[in-house]
Amino acid sequence: MTPPRLHFATLLTLSWRNLWRNHRRTYIMLGAISVGVWAMIFMTALMRGMVDDMLNQGIRNLPGHIQIQHPDFLDDPSVVNSIPVPRGELLAALNQSGAKRWATRIKVPAVIASERESRGINLLGVEPDAEMDLTGIPAQVNEGRFLQSNLDDGIIIGAKLAQRLETRLGKRVVVMSQDPDNNISERGFRIVGIYRAELPGLEELNVYAARDTLQQLLRIQDRVSQIVILGQDYRDIETLYQRVRQATPAGLDIKPWYRIDTYLAAMFNMMDGFVLVWVIIIFLALSFGLVNTLVMAVFERVREIGLIQALGMRPTMIVVQILLESMLLLSIGLVIGNLLAVITIKPLESGLDISVVAEGMAMMGASSMLYPSLTLHDMLLANAVVIVLGLLTSILPAWRAARLDPVRALNTT
Amino acid sequence: MSAIHCHQLCKTFRQGDEIITGLDHVDIDIAEGEFVCLSGPSGSGKTTLLNAIGGLDTPDSGEIRMGDIRIDRLERGALADMRLHHIGFVFQAYNLIPVLSAQENVEFVMQVQGVLAAERARKARAILKEVGLEGMEDRRPAQLSGGQQQRVAVARAIVSQPDLVLADEPTANLDSVASAHLMGLFSELNQHHNITFVIATHDKRVMSYARRLIKMQDGKIISDAPQ
Repeated sequence: MTPPRLHFATLLTLSWRNLWRNHRRTYIMLGAISVGVWAMIFMTALMRGMVDDMLNQGIRNLPGHIQIQHPDFLDDPSVVNSIPVPRGELLAALNQSGAKRWATRIKVPAVIASERESRGINLLGVEPDAEMDLTGIPAQVNEGRFLQSNLDDGIIIGAKLAQRLETRLGKRVVVMSQDPDNNISERGFRIVGIYRAELPGLEELNVYAARDTLQQLLRIQDRVSQIVILGQDYRDIETLYQRVRQATPAGLDIKPWYRIDTYLAAMFNMMDGFVLVWVIIIFLALSFGLVNTLVMAVFERVREIGLIQALGMRPTMIVVQILLESMLLLSIGLVIGNLLAVITIKPLESGLDISVVAEGMAMMGASSMLYPSLTLHDMLLANAVVIVLGLLTSILPAWRAARLDPVRALNTT
Repeated sequence: MSAIHCHQLCKTFRQGDEIITGLDHVDIDIAEGEFVCLSGPSGSGKTTLLNAIGGLDTPDSGEIRMGDIRIDRLERGALADMRLHHIGFVFQAYNLIPVLSAQENVEFVMQVQGVLAAERARKARAILKEVGLEGMEDRRPAQLSGGQQQRVAVARAIVSQPDLVLADEPTANLDSVASAHLMGLFSELNQHHNITFVIATHDKRVMSYARRLIKMQDGKIISDAPQ
């Protein structure tokens, strides 16, 4: 006596027709699965968008995806810990690395004083051309203009700093710092631009001047604080990092963004975990409905299950049939849920204004516009979780169906 | 294959605090091609004996053989295979699968057996014609009368030419015309295809078709005689 072949088409037909025996229950369950899957993907896209924004903002403030600097610079960002501008092999590597942009910067602590107030600041000497890609500050200048050349003698300050200093566009301020010999270096600058940052805290802190102008002020001819390199995507910089690292001379420190700002790195790494936990939590809520549907479906068909056992269907085939029913239900729900998610997220990708909670978002390092990010990876994760956990939760009702005693089942009224 | 040998079969059931005897040391031998009726009052053990022979229920003790196979020792999967290949069941209530059409119900066993689609369809249509249901192949059970449903169940039981058909009160829900037609069909299959029939019944008209009548009472065989 040879065991019969598992006849998939038979099981599929039975499962499909059984699914539609109770239309209302199936529609309700499909609604629950679809909305659950939509919620998984939609909320994940919002979270992903928020974290992406926080990471992008954070990386813009670093700035760059990779930085080369003096080994002591991150602990003591003074002019003493400067490095020469790139030459030779490093310069060639930077130009051929495939980076979106690279630039040199000066970054020193300084004091800025108006005729009324003075404040401690980060004084940044930048290459104006590169700054749009690196920090986006030129686009945030809403009064006056941005720096026009590496020798521009103007200065750009934030709106909040202007308010604190009780100064305004066109007024002169004095900037004081130290040169490598620890002598005071100071000079007057005219405020040529005022910017409004997406993160208001930065407006008080970062002050921009032209790189060569600051080199003259600080007496560090041909030296800079950092070389910053911007890749195409912060998630994928490993190749770029390795390429530049090999050309970086000994005595210079090269770090990717995730080693410079470990908080950002932790947030990036936690995101996938968050998504998985979120998806599983929603599924757990869904699973009660799913198990209930299948248990009810089995309970209503006890006699019929007894019959197919009596006719010679093996218990394993009964398990497969119930699991197929669950799979069909989940698959239809997934298709609808995925479609709903795409339809609702795509129009929002151009930006969702959440300025009503802007201050709270700013505290977390995110801006007042939220850009939901729908990724294939997140969709696949949600689908995989629903299918795998859905099948696991369906095993119990399927197993119970297969274990039914045929005589008792046939006598059930 | 269909020779059935039962030796000292015992089966009890618990109903609340009471122990009910279903089978009490039953010995029975049924040869291939026999047409046997089991009769007796309700609770006499007819259905319990059918269920035990069909491998739907296991006895507490004793031995059941079908050919060389010890049915009482088979595990669930092997029992299912044995039923699939060797036994056809006809129950008192028609027990069709409600989501399948008449033809699909008849094809079901063959589908599980792995018979090719074209052959399945041909055999199912032929047997439905034989039981008088030509033109009703696509109807679902709810669209058929009681007698028609029972004929579909019979068609399903015999379509793959089992060695043994076990029928439990097959005419209980049928009128006299439908009953006579069904029993005529059973007799014909028994005579022409050498299928062994074991039928549990109260109905004297059904008993009249049997060539051997076994009477049961309180789980025991009280008489066993040819007719």
